[in-house]
Amino acid sequence: MTSGGLIERLQHGLWRDNPGLVQLLGLCPLLAVTTTLVNGLGLGVATLMVLTLSNGLVSATRRWIQQEIRIPIYVLIIASLVTCIELIFKAWFPSLDRSLGIFIPLIVTNCAIVARAEVFASRNAIGASLADGISMGSGFALLLMAIGAFRELVGHASILSGLDMITGGEPFNGLALADNGLLLAILPPGAFFSLALAVAAKNVLDRKRLASRKADMPRRMHQSGNAQT
Amino acid sequence: MSAERPILRSGATLALIAALCTALIAATFQVTAERIAANEKALLEQSLLPVLDGVFYDSALGDSRLVIPPPHALPGNDAAVIYRVYAGQQAAAALFAVTARDGFSGAIRILVGVDVAGKVTGIRILEHRETPGLGDKIDVTRSNWVYQFDGRSIGDPVFSGWAIRGDGGEFDQLTGASVTPRAVIKAMRDTLIYFDAHRAEIFSLPATEEGQ
Repeated sequence: MTSGGLIERLQHGLWRDNPGLVQLLGLCPLLAVTTTLVNGLGLGVATLMVLTLSNGLVSATRRWIQQEIRIPIYVLIIASLVTCIELIFKAWFPSLDRSLGIFIPLIVTNCAIVARAEVFASRNAIGASLADGISMGSGFALLLMAIGAFRELVGHASILSGLDMITGGEPFNGLALADNGLLLAILPPGAFFSLALAVAAKNVLDRKRLASRKADMPRRMHQSGNAQT
Repeated sequence: MSAERPILRSGATLALIAALCTALIAATFQVTAERIAANEKALLEQSLLPVLDGVFYDSALGDSRLVIPPPHALPGNDAAVIYRVYAGQQAAAALFAVTARDGFSGAIRILVGVDVAGKVTGIRILEHRETPGLGDKIDVTRSNWVYQFDGRSIGDPVFSGWAIRGDGGEFDQLTGASVTPRAVIKAMRDTLIYFDAHRAEIFSLPATEEGQ
């Protein structure tokens, strides 16, 4: 894997190597908290912050860390950052913190984070590592939000319920679109179905793109006049 | 000797990083501690307030906390928490935080407010894991089910009336869920019986120290 520019990192994080869609990492929080869009956003942002900061710290200290003790040090760094983020959520977004419950402390166990520390941040400069953290974190957060929005729309037939947990003010039950939703979507099996649909949708899109590129290729080669095989 | 060196160096690195991480957490804690304490106090008051409908009181909510260690006759087998509120020196109401263990999935934590005369001033479900769309209608954000207990007491209805209609009682059931309302109603009934039997000591016992 190369360090590359920010654009390339974003392409990796948001699509090609999306931690949730492609690497299938961090599935436990992904499946557990995505009952609403706001919950997905909350955990997504928390994960994004931890991932970016841990990538930055791991990259900054990479020259002083011996190979054999690197994993305990990553765990220390990640656990400390998660504790800080949890305190910040408790102080400024108390109801969001209650809604996400144990899944904020459990960010520690999100293997996407230690994977980025090991695979990327420990081998790249700070700038690239931060960019990687932002890209991978955003990719994970967007997937959480997409699945949260999908399950909320199908299951509750409403959207944006619990927005007050972020903005403050009166409790907000969401914009209702119908009286009743398909209950299955909010129950645990609905999480698996939604993720499967998301992964399938990505594969279909990728395949279509690949097919159209293949269809284009002979024509382009013919036009440029130097086709080889 | 030479074999020990890398180990010493590794140990020193780990210790240094651990110290830095601890400092980071300590600093965050310092910045957030005050806000978190204020949030928790506000949350407690906010959760107690709805079950005190129509009660006149002037004592601070949450200040007079009484912890009843098990075994006790209240619902649940863990320590029960009672908040007492007073108007001047007069007892005004008692709020019971109890746990029903016989719900459909996991414990249901219930807050029951009872005024000094034994009438229910309100009930709210603090925490539950009942099925979304069915049993979760005990939650006030999902339906009005909990309001039917307001103003009731242990004589109104009599003991056998504290059940869902399907079981010959006086309270509404929930469509598709009977285990959940049964558990809540039984917990309420037992709480009211306990209140009736221990009224004097509930209001006269000294508050339990913080941290217990």
